[in-house]
Amino acid sequence: MHSEARAPLWLKLLAYGGLAFLHFPIVVIALYAFNTEESAYSFPLQGFTLDWFAAAFGRDDVLAAIWLSVKVAAVATLASLLLGTMAAAALYRRRFWGKEALTLMLILPIALPGIITGIALLSAFKLLAWEPSFWTIAIGHATFCVVVVYNNVIARFRRSSHSLVEASMDLGADGFTTFRHVVLPQLATALLAGGLLAFALSFDEIIVTTFTAGHERTLPIWLLNQLGRPRDVPITNVVALTVMLITMVPVIAAWKLTQGTEAVAGSGK
Amino acid sequence: MAIPAPDPLHQHGLPTAGIRRRLASLLYRRQTLLLLLLLTPPLLWFGVVYLGSLLALLMQSFYTFDDFTMAVTPELTLANFRAIADPANPLFGANIDIVLRTLGMAAAVTVACALIAFPIAYYMARYARGWQKGFFYIAVMAPMWASYIVKAYSWTVILAKGGIVYWLVQALGLNAVLEAVLSLPVVGGSSLSTSNLGRFMVFTYIWLPFMILPIQAALERVPLSLLQASSDLGARPAQTFRTVMLPLAFPGVVAGSIFTFSLTLGDFIVPQLVGPSGLFIGNYVYTMQGAVGNIPMAAAFTVVPVLLISLYLALARRLGAFDAL
Repeated sequence: MHSEARAPLWLKLLAYGGLAFLHFPIVVIALYAFNTEESAYSFPLQGFTLDWFAAAFGRDDVLAAIWLSVKVAAVATLASLLLGTMAAAALYRRRFWGKEALTLMLILPIALPGIITGIALLSAFKLLAWEPSFWTIAIGHATFCVVVVYNNVIARFRRSSHSLVEASMDLGADGFTTFRHVVLPQLATALLAGGLLAFALSFDEIIVTTFTAGHERTLPIWLLNQLGRPRDVPITNVVALTVMLITMVPVIAAWKLTQGTEAVAGSGK
Repeated sequence: MAIPAPDPLHQHGLPTAGIRRRLASLLYRRQTLLLLLLLTPPLLWFGVVYLGSLLALLMQSFYTFDDFTMAVTPELTLANFRAIADPANPLFGANIDIVLRTLGMAAAVTVACALIAFPIAYYMARYARGWQKGFFYIAVMAPMWASYIVKAYSWTVILAKGGIVYWLVQALGLNAVLEAVLSLPVVGGSSLSTSNLGRFMVFTYIWLPFMILPIQAALERVPLSLLQASSDLGARPAQTFRTVMLPLAFPGVVAGSIFTFSLTLGDFIVPQLVGPSGLFIGNYVYTMQGAVGNIPMAAAFTVVPVLLISLYLALARRLGAFDAL
């Protein structure tokens, strides 16, 4: 509206106040990770220490949970990169019967409450007599991560020009060479961004995971179990800060990667 | 002297190149074959694995659960649905309480999110320029993606007795106010972290970014010329806001509310960590399938949020929310 006008003070206050509210709990977690107090959350903080970091990362259960979460997120990310890119490549130009239904199906796992996806997958695994394991967690995660990759890749496909592909073919490259040298470079940052988001989404997921994990403990499940144990408060605080950072950094990186991609080569045509 | 450029045609002079090339041109000429090849894996995954799981779940909601032997038998029955929908059923009262409690919270959280999100989104879309645009976007995106469980945990730290909120209330001398609020019937409780007020704050916080971004997107799309026309025709800024801006932004609010509403309906972690003891839909489903082992009842209960969300989506569609997503 008023690109030349200035915002009224009250609006500015509400906007920045809102931002402060959004970041307040994150700051709190960052502060408490360095707190010396062992069994409560009293404020003002008691003192500053770095000891809990060494203590937390020396614990086998913490390391095992981190490692499991990283492995699950890596597998889920790979699977969703493959499936998401295939779906995007198939859906972005062609119109065919059932296309809308297919798009809806991709969105469904994040549109439906996680508890439904979780319990549905669990009961299907039970019907197949699959014991909950690393793979059942990864399958669950991939199911809701695909849409993130799909969204990033299809947006990039729509902005890039198909005439580049045709030009490549006219110049004698076959489909594979064109894919390797023309399509893939155009998609690269979208794939990286989608992959990063999928990784962050998987790394942090808890609702579907509580159903598909069985006795395995991913990092978020470790945290949830931990919340009932007052004596491990400092360790929990450190792990919480770690999880927070691991999930926030990929998002910022993904945003950086997709910055200014409105001007992909050939998009003006 | 001209150096011959590598020719993609003859770059791969191996015998396999012939097969590869034939395959490539086959796929290029037969686009439908390519389409099929591309679609088969996602279709298998989503159409068979995922949709199959959902249907299997729906199927199980008609199975019979024996209260004495705790066994599930595949005899079809409507008993589970009667316990939710038939007022004559002895379980109806408790079950409808769970649904109404969850629904009430989802509605309250949605309204609060819309009220807090609107000014932020408005500022982002209309006043933020240059570096501020990126700054606001990241400042909303980062907390949205930051770990859900850690955000919930952080609130238990903030609301704990002796924690930040209690300290702040004390420092400002507002003890009496807090006690008065906590003694209110529905919102109150024995402490902040066991009150509905506390739970409401956590939910509102966690889903707030999901409301900001769709509103911001809707506001971004309002053409400048429309607002100029409105003021040229003599409307005061407040009038322009009410009669032009707000109707055009409303689909964005509805789009955001789909998230806040649906996410609150299905959540079972926050109600477990903060607030009074009454069950939410999610917690009920979770205990039914886990501790009790009554999968049929759990499955039948998952139909409730799906129905509520479908109703809400149908309503949202009529309000034009899907154009704002």
